[in-house]
Amino acid sequence: MVDTTLVLWGQTIAYTSYAVVILLLMGWFGYNISKPGKGGLVKPAIFYTFVGFLTVLGVSLHIVTYNTIPWTAIDLNRSDIQADKVFEITVENHEFALPSEKLEIKVGEKVLFEVTSNDLTYGFGLFRQDNSMLLQMQVVPGSRNDILWEFVQPGVYTIRSTEYSGPKGAHMIIKDAVIVTN
Amino acid sequence: MSFKDTFLNGEQGLFKPASLTPMQKLLLKFVVVGLIYYGFAVIEGMIMRIYQIEPIAAIADYQYFAILTAHPLVGIFGSTYSIVFGAFLFVVPFMMKKPLWSYKLGCWTFWLITIGTLTFWLSGFISHYAPLYTLYWPLPVDFTQFDPMGGIFFIAGIALVMAGAVFFVINIFMTIGYTPDGWEKQPSGALMASALGYSGLRNLFKKKEKQKEHLVALPVAAVARGTVDVALNAGIILFTGVLILVYMIAHVMGFSLKDTAIDALLYKNWFWWGLDLVADGLVLIFVAGTWYLITMMITGKKIFMGNIARAALLVELIVSWTVWSHHLLSDQAQPAILKIVSGELVTAFELITQGLAFFVVLVTLWSARPLKMTNELKFLLGGLLGFALAVPAGIMQADIGLNRILHNTQWIIGPHVHVAILVGLTMTLYSAIYLLFPIVTNGAKLYSQKLANFHFWAHLIGGIGMGAFMGMAGLEGMLRRTIYFNGEFDLYMILAGLSGSLLLFAFLAFFYNIVMSVGLFGVIGIFTPSKLDSKLLVPEER
Repeated sequence: MVDTTLVLWGQTIAYTSYAVVILLLMGWFGYNISKPGKGGLVKPAIFYTFVGFLTVLGVSLHIVTYNTIPWTAIDLNRSDIQADKVFEITVENHEFALPSEKLEIKVGEKVLFEVTSNDLTYGFGLFRQDNSMLLQMQVVPGSRNDILWEFVQPGVYTIRSTEYSGPKGAHMIIKDAVIVTN
Repeated sequence: MSFKDTFLNGEQGLFKPASLTPMQKLLLKFVVVGLIYYGFAVIEGMIMRIYQIEPIAAIADYQYFAILTAHPLVGIFGSTYSIVFGAFLFVVPFMMKKPLWSYKLGCWTFWLITIGTLTFWLSGFISHYAPLYTLYWPLPVDFTQFDPMGGIFFIAGIALVMAGAVFFVINIFMTIGYTPDGWEKQPSGALMASALGYSGLRNLFKKKEKQKEHLVALPVAAVARGTVDVALNAGIILFTGVLILVYMIAHVMGFSLKDTAIDALLYKNWFWWGLDLVADGLVLIFVAGTWYLITMMITGKKIFMGNIARAALLVELIVSWTVWSHHLLSDQAQPAILKIVSGELVTAFELITQGLAFFVVLVTLWSARPLKMTNELKFLLGGLLGFALAVPAGIMQADIGLNRILHNTQWIIGPHVHVAILVGLTMTLYSAIYLLFPIVTNGAKLYSQKLANFHFWAHLIGGIGMGAFMGMAGLEGMLRRTIYFNGEFDLYMILAGLSGSLLLFAFLAFFYNIVMSVGLFGVIGIFTPSKLDSKLLVPEER
């Protein structure tokens, strides 16, 4: 099952590979630009091919992620999807108010987190025990801030504000607040 | 020459401040102040790098966030705006072969940016006003956390910078279109159309023999195009500043205005629309223009596919005005259509516009080989590499699926923002400085090539290294704009800190090299009035 860890690994491999290639390319270019030799102009067809390649690359990235990252489609269509469980959370004075001390979820459930801010702009994120991120969203006062998430693995998650809301915001952490079990 | 003589009078005593025109002195003043503010930003950056490894006991968290607020603003407004505006106020008349429209207005821009930056920096330093540059509503008017008086001075400082930016905009467009005294009447409308890329776009649809000559050079067109975004950005920031000031002044006078009168999401859209004109419009376009200028000066050749590059500038106008929503991909109330069209698709277009500029510059350089590996060339290649790394990193995070696990992490600020600014933008600016140094100093000689080489490698490795280690931490969940108290990401932060220290040493080497090149008396002489005509760019014009 595709989860955020797998997606991040994919991104790491893709970007690292690209970075290595571009570093080598620029190194090669820098080495050879000062070497004797005739540097004829590139044909316009190559230029147009390059621009076409960038166009395809830019658009296909989103098509690929839409079809491979499961939470993208869920997110865009969440108003049409029935949640198995809803947690209404409020935030005020740099504190999260949860509906219960622990938010308990079963693997496979689609859970809607609906977070309301009564004062500032905050963030809402779930983090694993190793501090890696499972999900996050912005929490804007006066707006509906909801995220629908299907939990595919058991785990214990910490809630943390992911947006700056003043110096006190760095302490907006509730350890092990979300528990997902089989 | 002895060390003391060189320190006082510069390398071989070649730099003579008395020989400088007012325009040369104005540019050098912009550069000196820009470098000093860059030094501020680097030191602030290093303090924060250390804080991310281990919170420093002597610096409270509210002081840390005040530094975090000042850091990007000093870097962008105090340093980049100074160097870029100073350079373009010199380069546009230089390439148009006519005087700057108003030297006095240029001086006003210099003083407003210099004083404005010092004002907001000091108010942040003293009052710890810390809403960050994003100013998410209603944080800037949260008086339970921030002192309104500190905020008033902070916003006033930003407003001074923006006023300087508006004067810059007026000066650039007037310089392009005006007719100097005693000259034959200039075709203002046609010059402006050429400067904004219209003639390039029109030529695309005409046969080669019917294509018209461009009235302004490609780099000037890029400057003009970026200047449109400077104007709009200044308008947005000034308007937002006035809004915040109204709340602050009301609070000081004993009135309490309801912050719910402002819709936080609408405000966020509005403000990011303006901020993105700096990041995605101004920076990318000004950088492309500077690449074109440097490449043309290094190779003596026209830019490959220059007509398309010129037309792309006009297209980029549309892109930079419609691209802001990628900053709101994690705002759930943001309409999905805006997320997809503006946030994903228009943003992906920047891969094309920047990739196009990257490609045509490399081809133009290649066509002129063998080229001597000068300082300006190596820093130009560094700048190109910076954007080649940073733009794709940005395109990745501007994806609805990936943004869910990247937004507000160190990935955003590392491989994207810092690599774009420190490696892409700053190395491009360094390239321009090394290129223009003999022109604006009337032939002063660089003190040490070894220091210049160290500057290059330390900056390149430091910038890429810092971005990479921040990115690795971000991929493992480390947030930006917060403090980790228990050393959760120490390994990456230590490595990022070491890379950051390379950037600091690179800057110190460069600064020392420049001071030794022009001498202490030379630096002081830059700030004394010139006796030459302010309409002259360089003395030879006589």
